[in-house]
Amino acid sequence: MANLNLILGAVITGILTGGVYALMSSGLTLIFGVMEIINIAQGALVILGAYLSYWLQANYHVDLLVGLLITMPIMFFLGLLIEIVFIRPLKLNRTMLSILVTFAIAMIIEGVLTNRVGANYVELNAWYVDASFKIGNFYLPYIYVFGFLLSVFLLSCLYLLLYRTKFGYSLRASMQNRTAAELIGIDIERVSAITFGIGVALAAAGGVAFGATNLFNPASHYDLISRLLVIIVLGGLGSLRGALVASIAMLVIGDVTAVVWSPVWSSTIFFIILVAVLVIRPQGLFGQPEGRKQ
Amino acid sequence: MSLLEVQNVSKAFGGIQALNTCSLGVEQGSISGLIGPNGSGKTTLFNVITGYEKVDTGTIRFSTQTITNAKPDNVFRLGIGRTFQLTRIFPRLTVMENMHVAAQREGARALLSRWSSTHEQKRALDLLDFVGLTQLKEMPAANLSYGQKKLLEFAFVLIAEPQVILLDEPAGGINPTLIHQVAERIRTLNKSGVTFLVVEHNMEFVMGLCEKITVMHRGATIAEGTPQEVRTNPAVLEAYLGD
Amino acid sequence: MKLLKIILLIALLAVFIAFPFVFSDPATTTIAVFTLFFAAAAVGWNIFSGYTGYIALGHAVYFGIGAYAMALLCQYWKIPAGYAPFFLLPLTGLIAAAFAVPFGWIALRTRRHTFVVITIATFFIMQLMAYNLRFITQGSAGLSLPIPFDWSADFFNLPFYFVALAILLLALGTSWWVRNSKYGLGLLAIRDDEDRALGLGVNTGPFKLVAFVISAFFVGMVGGLHAYFNSSIFPPFAFDALFDVAIALMAFLGGMGTLFGPILGALILVPAQQYLTIISQSSGYNLIMYGVIFLAIILLLPEGIIPTLSKRWNKWKASRNSSKLTSAIATSPGSEDSIVVESSGKGVEQ
Repeated sequence: MANLNLILGAVITGILTGGVYALMSSGLTLIFGVMEIINIAQGALVILGAYLSYWLQANYHVDLLVGLLITMPIMFFLGLLIEIVFIRPLKLNRTMLSILVTFAIAMIIEGVLTNRVGANYVELNAWYVDASFKIGNFYLPYIYVFGFLLSVFLLSCLYLLLYRTKFGYSLRASMQNRTAAELIGIDIERVSAITFGIGVALAAAGGVAFGATNLFNPASHYDLISRLLVIIVLGGLGSLRGALVASIAMLVIGDVTAVVWSPVWSSTIFFIILVAVLVIRPQGLFGQPEGRKQ
Repeated sequence: MSLLEVQNVSKAFGGIQALNTCSLGVEQGSISGLIGPNGSGKTTLFNVITGYEKVDTGTIRFSTQTITNAKPDNVFRLGIGRTFQLTRIFPRLTVMENMHVAAQREGARALLSRWSSTHEQKRALDLLDFVGLTQLKEMPAANLSYGQKKLLEFAFVLIAEPQVILLDEPAGGINPTLIHQVAERIRTLNKSGVTFLVVEHNMEFVMGLCEKITVMHRGATIAEGTPQEVRTNPAVLEAYLGD
Repeated sequence: MKLLKIILLIALLAVFIAFPFVFSDPATTTIAVFTLFFAAAAVGWNIFSGYTGYIALGHAVYFGIGAYAMALLCQYWKIPAGYAPFFLLPLTGLIAAAFAVPFGWIALRTRRHTFVVITIATFFIMQLMAYNLRFITQGSAGLSLPIPFDWSADFFNLPFYFVALAILLLALGTSWWVRNSKYGLGLLAIRDDEDRALGLGVNTGPFKLVAFVISAFFVGMVGGLHAYFNSSIFPPFAFDALFDVAIALMAFLGGMGTLFGPILGALILVPAQQYLTIISQSSGYNLIMYGVIFLAIILLLPEGIIPTLSKRWNKWKASRNSSKLTSAIATSPGSEDSIVVESSGKGVEQ
C-alpha cells in the first residue's frame, strides 16, 4: 500500500518535472497560437538540444546549464531557418502540410543523430544530476529542482517578453487575429519566424532538463512529442497558461499513479485523461471554443 | 399570425450584449427588411434564428413550431434558408454539385445512390437558369466572380424550396445592374409564395423592395413600419447619425 | 472517352494480376505484397480523411486491432494454417470498425487541429494497452499466428498478393461508390465548409462517423492480413507510428480525395521505402533520405500528383481551344474526367 509519504513525494516530483514539460510545451503551444501549425519536430528538437549539451559537456567540459548560453542561440537560429525554408512556403492546406513537414524534419534529425552518435542510450551528466538534498523526509535530486528553477526562470522571461516588449505585443496581436494584426502593420512573417525560433530555443533548454533526468536516444522523440501534444491539447491549443497547468497536472497525476498503482499505467493515464477532458470540453482547459465563421 | 416570430431574444458575447430583448415578426408572403447601423445585431439575429448561435433568453417560433436553439440542419429542413454576408459556397465543388448539396432526400438508401437524380438535376438546372448561371454549371465554384457566387448561394438555398429565406446583404459588393437583377428575382419568387427577410445597408434597395422594415439598434428593435414611416422616424435617424 | 478509360482500367487490372507470375522472384513479390497492403490502407484512409478533410493520424490503431484480432481469433478458434485465416479477414475488419465507433465519436467532437492530436493520442493509448494488457496480448512477447509450412518459398507470397489485391479492389470500389453518391457529396461539402453544409441540411455528425468507421474497416483488414503474412505480431509492429504518416503521405502524394491517388502514392513510396531500408542498414541514412523525400514532395507538389497533372492537362487542352471568348480551367476534386470548361462571357458578369 502506498503511504502518504510516497504520494507526497510523487506530487512534488510531479510538480518539478511538470515545470520542465511546461517549458518544452510552451514553445509548442506558442508556435501554434501564432502560426496555427503543429510542430511535430518539437520532440526531436528537444532531443537535439540534449545531444548538443551532451556534446559540449563530453568534449569541452562545459557545464550543462552554462552550455545553454551556447545551445539556445544556436537552436534559435535553427528554428528561424526551419521556419523560413520549410514552413513559410506552405500556402494551401497549411495544417496538414505543416504536420507532414515537421514530421519529416523530425525524421531527418533522428536520422542525423543516429548516424552521428548511434542508438545507444545516454544521459546528461553534472555534479547535480545524481546528488540530492534532504528536505524533511524526502531526498530531492538537485537536478529536479534546478530543472524546475530553469523553467520558472525562462517562462518568466517569456512572460516579460510577451507582455512588456513591443515584439511581445506584436506576437500577442498575431495570436488573436492574424488579419487584423497585418492590417495594423505587424509583419506576420517576421513574427512567425521569430516565434518559431523562440519555441525551438525553449526546446533546447527543455532538452537539458529532460536529458538530465531521463535516459534518451535519438528515437526518444516519439514518446516525448506524443506527451507534449497531449499537454498542449489538454491545456488548450495556443494557451500558455493551459500548457503550464496541463503539464503540472499530467505529471503529478502520472507520478502519483506510478506510486499508487503501477508505473506501467502512468503513461496510459496521460492519454485517458486527455480523452476524458476532450469529451466534455473539446477545446481543452483554456482554449477557445471552435469559432464559427461569421 | 406571423410565419416567423422572434420574441424577446437576448444574446450576449462576453461583455457585449449583441441582442437585447429583440422582437420581430415576419408575415407570410411578405418581403420584410431589417436595417440598422453596424453592430446593431442583425447578423447575430440571423445566426440565432438559423441555429448557428444559441439564445440566452427568449423564444423563436416558426409557423407552429418553436425553433429556439434548434440545430442548423433542423432549421433548414423545417423550411428556413439563409445566405451569408460573406458569401459561403463550396469552392472545390462544381456549380452543379453545389446546387445538389442542399437537395433533400429521405432515407439512408437514398444517400447511397448517385448524387443527382433526374428530378433534382432538372430542378437544379431550372434554378441555375433562373439566376443565369447555366453555362457555368461544370465550373468549380471557386472560379466564379463575387457576384456569381452570390447568385449561386441564392440558387442553392432555393433548391430545397424553403418557405422563408433570410438574405444577409444580398446587394453588398455587386454592381447596380446585378443588384437590379437580384431584386427582380426576389420579387418573382415572392409572387410564388416565398417569404423574405432581407438585411441590407443599401437603402435604395431596401426601401424599393420591402413592404415592411424593422430597424435595429444596439440589439433591440427601435422602429417598425412601411419604408415611408421608417424613413421619417426620428429615432431611426438618431440611431444612424447620433452615435 | 469513357470507353477508353474502362479499357485502360481493365488493362491495368490485368497487369496487376499477371505481375507476380511474370516477376516471380520472392524478393520482388514481397515488395509487391507490401505495396498492395499500403495501397489498400491508403485508399481506406482516404475515404475518411481525403473526402472529409479531417486528417486522422491514428489509423494505425485499427491496423493494430485488426492484427491482434487475427492473431487471437486464430488462437482461440484453433484455425489451421493455409487458406482458412483469409476468411477471417472481414471479421477482423469488423472488429476494428467496432472500435472505431466510440473512438471516432469522441474524436469527431473536436475540430481540425485538436482532432489530429486526439487521433494520435488514441494511437498511443492503444499501443500502451497492447504492452500492458498482458493477459490478452502477451505484452511485448507478442503473439504468433499459424504458419503455412506446406507453402514453398516461391509460392508463399502469391495468396497474400491476391487477397491484398482483392481488399484493394473492394476499398477502391467503396471509395468510388461513396464519391459518386449523395453521401459522398455531403462529405465533400463538409470538407469545404462544414458549418455551411450543416446549415443546408447535411447530417455532418453521422456522415463523418460513418466514413471514419468505413476507413477503419479497411485498415483493420490490412492489419489482419499483414499479421498473418508476418506470422507474428508484437506491440511496436502492430501499432507503428510511422504507418500513419506513411499512408497519409501516400494519399497526399497521389492526391488526397482522388480515387487513384493513394494507389499511385503507394506504388511510388513503398518500393522506395523498401529500397532505402535495404541500402542503409539502420545507420540513420534511411531516415534522413525518407525525410528529405517527404520534404521534396510536400514542397514541390503541394496538391499531389493527380490533381497537379489534371490541372496541367486541362490548361493545355484549354489553350488549344481559342475560338471562345474566355476560357476557364476546372477540375472537380476526385473527378477522373478532366473537364474543360469554357464560358462565353454571357450570363452574369461583374
